[in-house]
Amino acid sequence: MTVPHAEAGSPILELRGVEKSFGAVQVLHGVDLKVYPGKVTALVGDNGAGKSTLIKSIAGIHPIDGGQILFNGEPVSITGPRDSAALGLEVVYQDLALADNLDVVQNMFLGRERKHGIVLDEASMEQAARDTLAKLSVRTLKSVRQLVSSLSGGQRQTVAIAKAVLWDSKVVILDEPTAALGVAQTRQVLDLVRRLADTGHAVLFITHNMVDVFEVSDRVAALYLGRMAADVDISTVDRAQVIELITAGRSGDIGLAPATVSEVV
Amino acid sequence: MASNIVPTSDLEPGGAAPSGFEGDRSDGSLGGVVRGYVDRLRGGDLGALPAVLGIVVLTLLFYALRPETFLTPLNITNLIIQAAPITLLAMGLVWILLLGDIDLSAGVVSGVCAAVSAQLLAQQGAPWWVAVLAALVTGAVIGLFTGTLVALIGIPSFVVTLALFLAFQGVTLRVIGQGGTVPIRDETIRGLTNSYIPVGAGWALAAAVIAAYAVLQLNRWRTQRSKGLDSQPLIVVVGRIVLIAVVVLVLTSILNADRALSKAVDLKGIPYAIPVVVVLLLVLTFLLGRTTFGRHVYAVGGNSEAARRAGISVTRIRVLVFMLSSSMAAVSGLVAAARLSSVTPGSGGGNTLLYAVGAAVIGGTSLFGGRGRIRDAVLGGLVIAIIDNGLGLLQVSAYLNYIITGGVLLLAASVDALARRRAAAGKS
Ligand SMILES: Nc1ncnc2c1ncn2[C@@H]1O[C@H](COP(=O)(O)OP(=O)(O)O)[C@@H](O)[C@H]1O
Ligand SMILES: [Mg+2]
Repeated sequence: MTVPHAEAGSPILELRGVEKSFGAVQVLHGVDLKVYPGKVTALVGDNGAGKSTLIKSIAGIHPIDGGQILFNGEPVSITGPRDSAALGLEVVYQDLALADNLDVVQNMFLGRERKHGIVLDEASMEQAARDTLAKLSVRTLKSVRQLVSSLSGGQRQTVAIAKAVLWDSKVVILDEPTAALGVAQTRQVLDLVRRLADTGHAVLFITHNMVDVFEVSDRVAALYLGRMAADVDISTVDRAQVIELITAGRSGDIGLAPATVSEVV
Repeated sequence: MASNIVPTSDLEPGGAAPSGFEGDRSDGSLGGVVRGYVDRLRGGDLGALPAVLGIVVLTLLFYALRPETFLTPLNITNLIIQAAPITLLAMGLVWILLLGDIDLSAGVVSGVCAAVSAQLLAQQGAPWWVAVLAALVTGAVIGLFTGTLVALIGIPSFVVTLALFLAFQGVTLRVIGQGGTVPIRDETIRGLTNSYIPVGAGWALAAAVIAAYAVLQLNRWRTQRSKGLDSQPLIVVVGRIVLIAVVVLVLTSILNADRALSKAVDLKGIPYAIPVVVVLLLVLTFLLGRTTFGRHVYAVGGNSEAARRAGISVTRIRVLVFMLSSSMAAVSGLVAAARLSSVTPGSGGGNTLLYAVGAAVIGGTSLFGGRGRIRDAVLGGLVIAIIDNGLGLLQVSAYLNYIITGGVLLLAASVDALARRRAAAGKS
């Protein structure tokens, strides 16, 4: 709710008062969020705060019950994954959803294969996959014709992200991309996240890890029990404050109003 | 997925190619290809190796046991005709197995389709092409039914096809009549296995197949090279072409040799069922490897959730695959009917299905979905036919025949399961 600083540029994706319930359980309460092109926004929150639900709502997997989603300032209606994809929104889910028995190129083009008549145009797909990986400075793959089953966790994450970027996406949403990775691979993925933003993408990046937040983010948005406690520039908060926002919903003069916090607890 | 923390290979981002992604191609040297192959074997992807080994070892074994009969042109021709219906049924089952499904009714479906066309020929005096078309349509409709139950209603394919395994035997019985046998008198259909391509035409066909294969392979290699894509070394491509050429020429010369037992008659030439198998091998290989449909079948078998999120209609793919597979069962049923010159209520029953599943799995298609090729059906079909034929020559008792064939399928399934474990272990 609080936007303490005037923002450079306007958000490409904006949520206003988004509500989402599963049956009788309300998971998202009036969530506001802004995501800017060229910036990494870290979405943080405790387990069960509603982070995954929030991005699934944006992606159209769980369409919202109330509130508004604006894309480039225009209200849009997202009722299914096709709608979000058509807007240029790509989501890399926690489980990645890659087919182990296909190679890197085949996975990147899955469902959107290029064809010459009825024949798959392998040459142009391989070239485009290579170009995309080169643009993201990915140098850790032996071959784009490697089966995904032979890749490490970090490499798989890389392929999933590159797949999202291949489609000329404007907003890339990543659900805990570093959760299952070791130190070196986390480093690679964070670099990749940064390069995504540097190449003009708006990045929304869910994480549990404070180090990750302060490494790559420009902004941080904290969800507390389904409510947006803060959506602020990273320079305005420190690590302790972010942790407080996650665990208590407020810190100093930012966060949910004390009345709200005591009401939900 | 949480266990995929193996940083060894990528601790150092691209140590070998610091300047960009351009260097990141698979090792294209001959040594690199050999190393890649050994790696794949060790990773559990055995490819055609077990089937090729099986063909070689079994051939040597039966040759040693029956030197005067096993490797004669007559017996080799019989063996290949024996393999044809097994292979054709397996070519359809490969698709089902790729999805991670099973069709236990495929054998009896081939029986139903053959019964329908036999009755059309016998009762209605229909021309051969009407009978063939009717068999194919019957197969496709059955596949639509099975696929709908599996994909749309969501009943496990194992249960649906187990029920249909029984039900379709009833259908064949109804179509043929109790205790009946419908003879196939139509010359065209009988000719699938009982007439032979003239020797000259046979050689021309063999040459054409080799030439077409060589042109396709070399063209593909040239395109890949010129566009700087991943490609194999030329020597490997040429080696493959030479191998195919040798196999085709040796087989053609055996089938074109006079195999008559008496000097008075002349019996030689390629049975027409062989070009049918070859054409279907090419068409289905193209469909599986070079079209979106084939790609999506692999994706559904590898990770159906990934396929769904990629916008692929998993239901549509599964229904289509069941239709395709049952249509192949129809073709198999026709060739089997031609071979026996009749259809009985027992057609497609017995060990028909076991042989076909065994063929696919021995050929290298996984029972767990996602891995397999059409050629597996050909290689595995040959292995099964060699066993069946060889045991016949040895005149082993029926009980032993069952036990041995069942054992071979179990062996193939174990290799598949171990390969899969190995692949999973390689990842963590
Ligand atoms: N499909 C669903 N049906 C019912 N409840 C759900 C569903 N998905 C999530 N929830 C509930 O919503 C809350 C938020 O979950 P989630 O968005 O996964 O949190 P996070 O990703 O922040 O850990 C949890 O209490 C969870 O049980
Ligand atoms: Mg989550």
